[in-house]
Amino acid sequence: MEALFQNIINALQWGSFYALIALGYTLVYGVLLLINFAHGDIFMVGAYIAFGVSVFVLGTQGLGLPNWAILACGVPLTMILTAGVGVTLERIAYRPLRRKGAHRLYVVITALMCGLILENGNLALLGASRKKFPELMEKAVWTFGNVSVTNLKVIVIVAAFATFAFLNFIVTRTRIGMAMRAVSYDKFAIPLMGIPVDSVIVFTFVLGSGFAGLAGMLFAMSYPILEPYMGALIGWKAFIAAVVGGIGDIRGAFVGGFLLGFIEILVVAFFPSTFRDLIAFSILLLILWIKPTGLFGVARHQKI
Amino acid sequence: MKALLGKFGLMVALLLVSAFMLVGCGGGDSDTIKIGFNIPMTGDIPKVGEASKYAAEMLKEDINSKGGLEVGGKKYKLEFVYEDNESKAESAVNAALKLIEQDQVAAIVGPNSSKQAVPAGGTCNDNRVPMISPWSTNPDTTKDRPWVFRAAFLDPFQGPVAVNFSAKQFGAKTAGVLFDISNDYSKGLAEIFRDEWNKKFGDGAVVAFESHGTKDQDFSAQLTKIVAAKPDFIFVPDNYNQVALIIKQAHDLGWTGPFMGSDAWGSAELMTLCGDDCKGQFFSTHYAAAGAKGDTKVFIDRYTKKYGYTPDDVAALTWDATRLVLQAIQDAGSVDSDIHKERKAIRDSLSSVKQFAGVTGNMKFDAQGDPIKCAVVVRIDENGQFVFAESVCP
Amino acid sequence: MQKYAINIAFFVGCLLIVLAAQFGMVDLYVQSVIMFMGINIILSSSLNIVNGYMGEFSCGHAAFMCVGAYVSSVVTVVLFAQNKIFGAPILPPDMAVLFMPLAILIGGLVSAVVGILVAVPSFKTRGDYLAIITIAVNYMVISGIENLEIIGGSRGFMGMKQVVYAMSDVVNIPWMMIWTILGTVFTIWIIRRFVSSTYGKGISAICQDEIAAEIMSVNTNKMKLVAFMLSSGLAGIAGGLFAHVIGYVNPQSFNILKSTECLVMVYLGGMGSLSGSVLSAVLFTLLLEALRPLQIVKWVIIPLILVLLMQFRPEGILGNKELGDVFPRLKRYCRFK
Repeated sequence: MEALFQNIINALQWGSFYALIALGYTLVYGVLLLINFAHGDIFMVGAYIAFGVSVFVLGTQGLGLPNWAILACGVPLTMILTAGVGVTLERIAYRPLRRKGAHRLYVVITALMCGLILENGNLALLGASRKKFPELMEKAVWTFGNVSVTNLKVIVIVAAFATFAFLNFIVTRTRIGMAMRAVSYDKFAIPLMGIPVDSVIVFTFVLGSGFAGLAGMLFAMSYPILEPYMGALIGWKAFIAAVVGGIGDIRGAFVGGFLLGFIEILVVAFFPSTFRDLIAFSILLLILWIKPTGLFGVARHQKI
Repeated sequence: MKALLGKFGLMVALLLVSAFMLVGCGGGDSDTIKIGFNIPMTGDIPKVGEASKYAAEMLKEDINSKGGLEVGGKKYKLEFVYEDNESKAESAVNAALKLIEQDQVAAIVGPNSSKQAVPAGGTCNDNRVPMISPWSTNPDTTKDRPWVFRAAFLDPFQGPVAVNFSAKQFGAKTAGVLFDISNDYSKGLAEIFRDEWNKKFGDGAVVAFESHGTKDQDFSAQLTKIVAAKPDFIFVPDNYNQVALIIKQAHDLGWTGPFMGSDAWGSAELMTLCGDDCKGQFFSTHYAAAGAKGDTKVFIDRYTKKYGYTPDDVAALTWDATRLVLQAIQDAGSVDSDIHKERKAIRDSLSSVKQFAGVTGNMKFDAQGDPIKCAVVVRIDENGQFVFAESVCP
Repeated sequence: MQKYAINIAFFVGCLLIVLAAQFGMVDLYVQSVIMFMGINIILSSSLNIVNGYMGEFSCGHAAFMCVGAYVSSVVTVVLFAQNKIFGAPILPPDMAVLFMPLAILIGGLVSAVVGILVAVPSFKTRGDYLAIITIAVNYMVISGIENLEIIGGSRGFMGMKQVVYAMSDVVNIPWMMIWTILGTVFTIWIIRRFVSSTYGKGISAICQDEIAAEIMSVNTNKMKLVAFMLSSGLAGIAGGLFAHVIGYVNPQSFNILKSTECLVMVYLGGMGSLSGSVLSAVLFTLLLEALRPLQIVKWVIIPLILVLLMQFRPEGILGNKELGDVFPRLKRYCRFK
């Protein structure tokens, strides 16, 4: 029983990361109908930026601020810089293609290639050594019976929920959110209404990549080993989570992320762990079989 | 139409250029000896390729600065050719073929991991080129392949070493195992460990046998399961980067017992990545860097000075593997200008090496081309040094 | 005669390659590159059926390759080679020469059956939902094989070299080269026949508009099933060839990265262009080998080249045209039925 509680906490933490990354996928997809396969790698870049910021700018080899100050300044700085990376990709790789009216899938392939460039460029620039993220926070392990929780786990879970609440607020309650939904709904009529489509898209990338940066920073704090390929696998899986939730819907990505986290952890907990991928993905396929558009997805009716 | 023709012309030109680059130019003058390195510079384990390359470069500079390798009274310059195998099986085969056919190397060192070493070993054996894999532990790499050798000891030897040591050191009766299912090294060693442990303490003495995937970062579910089974210690035959995460997460889950590791822990990076969590743990490996004596110490000091970190086992094994090849060339007595005869001579003298004093210990080859050498168990001390604890010889 | 000029030139070319390989005029490295080129051509053109002609987005092509590779290897090894699990060969190894194409075809058939696993969910879902089904299938196949101890699990499976040797013992010619070329020609022939037939035009109709296609009496479900099975079956053939060329298979050789490579080749060549797929597979293979000396920079440059290509030619090398459409005069010299 205690093991079950422990696993629920584990799954909440692990699912938080899937959810944070899946939110980025779904934001961009919702607006552009583009699977931004580079998103996992933007997350990786976010983790590296967090590393650079907290070691070389604010930390021991830079200004030498105390840990709480690094954390306070590092989070917004990381988010801003990572958002910059996302927007740059959009400007130099995706936007020209969109202007030329290229087939949607070519943009997807471009995204895939941009991801590869980020991964291998990082490897070529920084070398093969893995980086160790500094401990910015005094670790506290709280134990209740046999269930143990660290303060970091709590922060990660809270951050995921807060991000979801924030993004949900932006998308459903603000003018820019309305514009985002509008662009998603009809890309041709919207410019006629006086909505600057490009600004909306840039804003979407800022949001998506910024929160990928936050996820990167939290991830680096929880799993403090950075390597260039760290974003690839978690990126693919978060994409799967976003689709299972119903891609294009904020709630879907959030629920999908936690769902995948729970499935992976609970499969390991109750089945032989060697079968994890097989069983976890079978469950996901089953969900898609029953609800082909994902949990929150709405089937779009095609006009004839 | 004209534009299209232009594009077509460009395409043809591109094709031709790449085709010509493929054909390349081989050969070399007779005063050099070429050795090929089939190593992973990109892909899953770039660090391994880098360590191999660094060790080889250091050895090359050593010998070339003395005027070259002396064989039968004549000095030959060494030329090392590095091919990237991208951690992919097919790429390793192509890299091996390129080294054999186009670069006309006398012998090949690498690939390191078994996924590439098994197919590349087949290719080298077919083409009658001696190959030494520094790091591969899969028995199939050298099995029934007279031209293929390796410098690392095999899992069936290392497994019992870990079993006997941990039974004695921790006074343990039960064990938990966490391994990487996609990594054949990790999986093979975990299975041998489980079988040995069960043989020693009866069935069910391995109370938890859990796996994870290669790129996984979260092991909390597996560790929760293991911790709940309350083993006396946890055996983690995993790569050092995952070890760092596993030990940290186990401590987060309230685990205070000991860990036992395998040779894949033996990297200088382990301590940078893992920090205090790893201190006091044990693992079996090829050599103990701290407190090393003689040649081993010289090698470690020079490598550390040159590249800024303590050499890991891959670097040490590549060093040994390459030196074995050079030793074999010297033993052959003369360098044959016919590359095929030269390769044959190298293979013959490799298989008859009686005693070779490497930085990872003394070794010689058995009939399969596997080394007979000792394993050491080291403890990670309070300063993060790998201190010698016990040596086990076959 | 003029009509067949290119076909004849092609056959003479293939014959020359085989002869050159036989008499050692090209070295083994070039031979191996040519064989991988053939395998890549099969992969890219078979994925083009689904991703190009049908306009779906399948990104788990390596899964089918994996199934084909394992099935055909197990068949040949069980039948013709000594193996520590399956024991002595069942048939005399000399017969491998006759059974080799059959074994590879069996691999293709089994992966076609696995293709149904993807095809059936595709009745209800399209596009991006299908993408994750294929990724999931890719992970499931790898995970499944890693758990199958009898075929080596994550240690991989070997023994195919013995079968290749057995063939060489009968007649000493470059067998794998011949099978790869035959497999490639077979693939191109069957895809060409399929997509230009009235029946096969159905998949282009699905790509344009599924509902309209349904109204125009295309049985879309059946069409999708056929397309997926053909595509995955051919990928299985590529896998079988791959396994026998290398002589060793490992589940991690068929991970999502391999699938990504297949995707890249399809979109580099152009969606719905068979000659584009062939061309891009050749180019991609050559590029991979030619840039080998650059090591890590290679994997920055190759994606960069592709990104730039997309910027200047967003529809791939040939777009959805065939070589014959771009150079109409070529048609005079070529008949392709």
